[in-house]
Amino acid sequence: MDFLRPASWQEALAAKAEHPTAVPIAGGTDVMVEINFDHRRPEYLMDLNRIADLTEWEVGEDTVRLGASVPYTRIMEHLRAELPGLALASHTVASPQIRNRGGVGGNLGTASPAGDAHPALLAAGAEIEAESVRGSRRIPIDAFYTGVKRNALAPDELIRAVHIKKADGPQQFSKVGTRNAMVIAVCAFGLALHPGTRTVRTGIGSAAPTPVRATTAEEFLNAALDEGGLWDNGKIVPPSVAKRFADLCSAACNPIDDVRGTASYRRHAVGVMARRTLTWTWESYRGTRRTTEGVA
Amino acid sequence: MTEHSSGPSRTPTRAATGPGPAGTPLGAPSTLTQGAPASGGIGESTLRPDGTLKVTGEFAYSSDLWHEDMLWGQILRSTVAHAEIVSIDTSEALALPGVHAVLTYDDLPTGTRHYGLEIQDTPVLAHGKVRHHGEPVAVVAADHPETARRAAAKIRVEYRDLPVVTDEASALAPDAPLVHEDRDDDHSRHVAHPNIVHRQPIVRGDVARARERADIVVEGEYTFGMQDQAFLGPESGLAVPEEDGGVHLYIATQWLHSDRRQMAPVLGLPEDKVRMTLAGVGGAFGGREDLSMQIHACLLALRTGRPVKIVYNRFESFFGHVHRHPAKLSYEHGATRDGKLTHVTCRIVLDGGAYASASPAVVGNASSLGVGPYVVDDVEIEALALYTNNPPCGAMRGFGAVQACFAYEAQMDKLAERLGMDPVEFRRLNAMERGTVMPTGQVVDSPAPVAELLRRVKAMPMPPERQWESSEGADVRQLPGGLSNTTHGEGVVRGVGYAVGIKNVGFSEGFDDYSTARVRMEVAGGRPVATVHTAMAEVGQGGVTVHAQIARTELGIGQVTIHPADTRVGSAGSTSASRQTYVTGGAVRNACRLVREQVLELGRRRFGSYHPAWATAELLLEGGKVVTDGGEVLADLVDVLGDEAVEAEEEWRHRPTEPFDPHTGQGNGHVQYTFAAHRAVVEVDTGLGLVKVIELACAQDVGKALNPLSVIGQIQGGTVQGLGVAVMEEIVVDPRTAKVRNPSFTDYLIPTILDTPDIPVDMLELADDHAPYGLRGVGEAPTLSSTPAVLAAVRDATGLELNRTPVRPEHLTGTG
Repeated sequence: MDFLRPASWQEALAAKAEHPTAVPIAGGTDVMVEINFDHRRPEYLMDLNRIADLTEWEVGEDTVRLGASVPYTRIMEHLRAELPGLALASHTVASPQIRNRGGVGGNLGTASPAGDAHPALLAAGAEIEAESVRGSRRIPIDAFYTGVKRNALAPDELIRAVHIKKADGPQQFSKVGTRNAMVIAVCAFGLALHPGTRTVRTGIGSAAPTPVRATTAEEFLNAALDEGGLWDNGKIVPPSVAKRFADLCSAACNPIDDVRGTASYRRHAVGVMARRTLTWTWESYRGTRRTTEGVA
Repeated sequence: MTEHSSGPSRTPTRAATGPGPAGTPLGAPSTLTQGAPASGGIGESTLRPDGTLKVTGEFAYSSDLWHEDMLWGQILRSTVAHAEIVSIDTSEALALPGVHAVLTYDDLPTGTRHYGLEIQDTPVLAHGKVRHHGEPVAVVAADHPETARRAAAKIRVEYRDLPVVTDEASALAPDAPLVHEDRDDDHSRHVAHPNIVHRQPIVRGDVARARERADIVVEGEYTFGMQDQAFLGPESGLAVPEEDGGVHLYIATQWLHSDRRQMAPVLGLPEDKVRMTLAGVGGAFGGREDLSMQIHACLLALRTGRPVKIVYNRFESFFGHVHRHPAKLSYEHGATRDGKLTHVTCRIVLDGGAYASASPAVVGNASSLGVGPYVVDDVEIEALALYTNNPPCGAMRGFGAVQACFAYEAQMDKLAERLGMDPVEFRRLNAMERGTVMPTGQVVDSPAPVAELLRRVKAMPMPPERQWESSEGADVRQLPGGLSNTTHGEGVVRGVGYAVGIKNVGFSEGFDDYSTARVRMEVAGGRPVATVHTAMAEVGQGGVTVHAQIARTELGIGQVTIHPADTRVGSAGSTSASRQTYVTGGAVRNACRLVREQVLELGRRRFGSYHPAWATAELLLEGGKVVTDGGEVLADLVDVLGDEAVEAEEEWRHRPTEPFDPHTGQGNGHVQYTFAAHRAVVEVDTGLGLVKVIELACAQDVGKALNPLSVIGQIQGGTVQGLGVAVMEEIVVDPRTAKVRNPSFTDYLIPTILDTPDIPVDMLELADDHAPYGLRGVGEAPTLSSTPAVLAAVRDATGLELNRTPVRPEHLTGTG
């Protein structure tokens, strides 16, 4: 195994072009496990830790440009207001030590359906800034996950950053595991209210071959909220609507039975989390609306 | 550290682990010298000499051993559970540069090629077939661990699959494959089928007649999942070949002499050429009673003439030791309307997996303790262990009594409910006490405060409700799901449950359960110092602390050195069965008393003529001096000893026990009984089926707490291990293939600190007059009652029947 240590982003892109099988490593929280367990023996390992740019973030007008290697701890500490869903998800990642090392770029690169960041990114809305020697492009998050542990990156591309929409309303994230900390998701759910566009977005983790949005549920809820004038009148979401939304989120799952949980449980739990996170965010929206006249 | 009377330093010291005398590996244990404030004797909470080292990461574990020129061993394990081995081709592995040896069954040096704790049924390396997933097939030694791994991967093993035996139905079916074809062990003669390792019935009274008196009868079927010891520090050790053709093994184990007894015949060496030294042990919980890499490392060292180190990683560790027996349990309990038990019948089927390990003794415990700490005159009990192609199961904290306790306590709750009685009052009404006759006919002849423990645990204050509520909203750390943020109080229901259990202490059924201690006293640095030398495995239980306390109490001095445990002294028996403080503690006490007699004799010889009290008074050793029982100082020990060292050795035994009758189960089989009771308070998110244990209060009789801090640590640790198997811990084995599905800490979950509740402990000290200082074994009892208490609390919260453990979210949400 050859160890590549590019000193700059340009060097990294050149190395990746030369060795498309090179596996990038930043925090190593996925890659090192695979190497230690002998599940994977890449020909080239490319250490991105010398590229300082990858651990930086910029808060723009509408989006946050989050460097691929910004550790989860930083997201929790510094971006709780701009990226509340991702901050909550970050807090559920493994242990403090791992949160100090791991970042969103690794989650996206691995593209495991169990990655904790995915539901929050799907719900918030995001684009992945992918780059190669051929140039840079933005991949919408909805088009990024292409299969079990597969993503839309070309072999010569690296993830440089993620552009995530700044929260314009409440966001929530819930994750089920069978212990109270340090656990891989049995299933997870992210929900974001976007009062600006009067839409609700969702993200489901570990309950389908890839992270997915519950688009039918979103469409149903968006219509119901519109129809009831709820964005304006701030009334509670009728229980029948919340229940239907939860059922549609369950229906968006395509889970399996595995050692962590049954398919039936995952469908059920996603429904429960959908209903609860809708309640929490909507209550929060109603509260914010009352105190700030609807300006998030 | 100035005067004898002020006592020596509080800070434990440890010789630096630099390169030792020639031939001693780095990371090998050195002596532990402990001083103590005040007297530092028994009953005080002196601190562990290795505690700070472990917390700061300086403690040398067996995986830290290092020797110049050492090779690394690697084991190739079977990828299937049950298969014929058609061929093994090691040529590619041997051809790899850096590889020094590749051994298979055919390379074993003698005709003894099997080992085992009770039945020698386990091949050192697989022969002809493999019987479980992960069975050792070949071993490799190479100059780098990575090379050894690569080489093992190059060994070509061709398997021809055999049908798997995975449960009682498949094990006892008419055409069932036999896991062991040619059994000739002692148990094989009295079992009905060769796939039954051992069966123990216990019959007492007349159940048929007693049943007629019962106003209420409840039946239940229960399932107990496979728990792993999940100890700190995976299996590891270092074998160093010696000039006389022998071998010296530095090893993390629970019983050096038992290992050596099994190893020597396979190595073709007399026992005195197999030297053993205990290396740093992380934990054990029963998982180090069987051999793991001991023979493999020694074989490779003897073959290559080089030191060989083997270290399992966590994945391999899941295959490298036995687990707690999963069990199916069927119970029938009867009671009169006024709440007195009439009878109990039970059938306990333990899955022993592919090799016997400790299964026969586990069967003995499960059967003899099968009705729990209750007075019942009419019982019919049957316990048996199966041979299957599942992972081998054997010793784990609680040892057969854990599975039974889970089931009989569920039954007691069911009965109480049917009777309309409070579950604690119903238990108290039937609680055993001193003088109660066990189902085996054994009369309990020491305190058995079962009713009192229940009363105490119930009387503890309840934790406040809704602790998650704060002015800033819900504190999710206080809620089921924790930081995963699954509820802010929605669906959360509190439940409370109680349980009590009974465990035996020490090795039972006629086993010659002894321990050896050698104690030496001499003057060093101008002070009297004692050295305690035993072969006791310190696996975290605190023997190294307690032995020093005993020596201080018996010899009246402050400075005590604990010699590394090795085979240069006689056997200390196993660090298991809650027995070490009792048995090796007893040996240390008696050896100290022999030393004391010799010291006094020396004093009489040297100073007897100076004071008449030397001849007439009762003499004691206190504060480094010889004193009369009236408190008069006769001499300083420094002067009594002079240049002489006084040494004594004691081989100490507890009261003998008897085997159980193979047909009736009658016999005085156990040494001592120990009891703990728990109250569990849980909060269950009924929407998601997630459980948070809020509090696990425990009351336990410990006879005499030699070190109260250590005792409370044992009780809290045992409680958490019981919590683990209540709500998360289970090795999942695929019933079609008998392969392990979750051999990692990613998917075998153990409680984190966020899963660990408050554990208030109410410690009772009712002396057992038969035991040293009146003490009672502590370590296992809390593991028994913790699990059923949690399950009872979850049932209370949810109203669900819940007849299996661990309980998983799908069981609580009907989505299984």
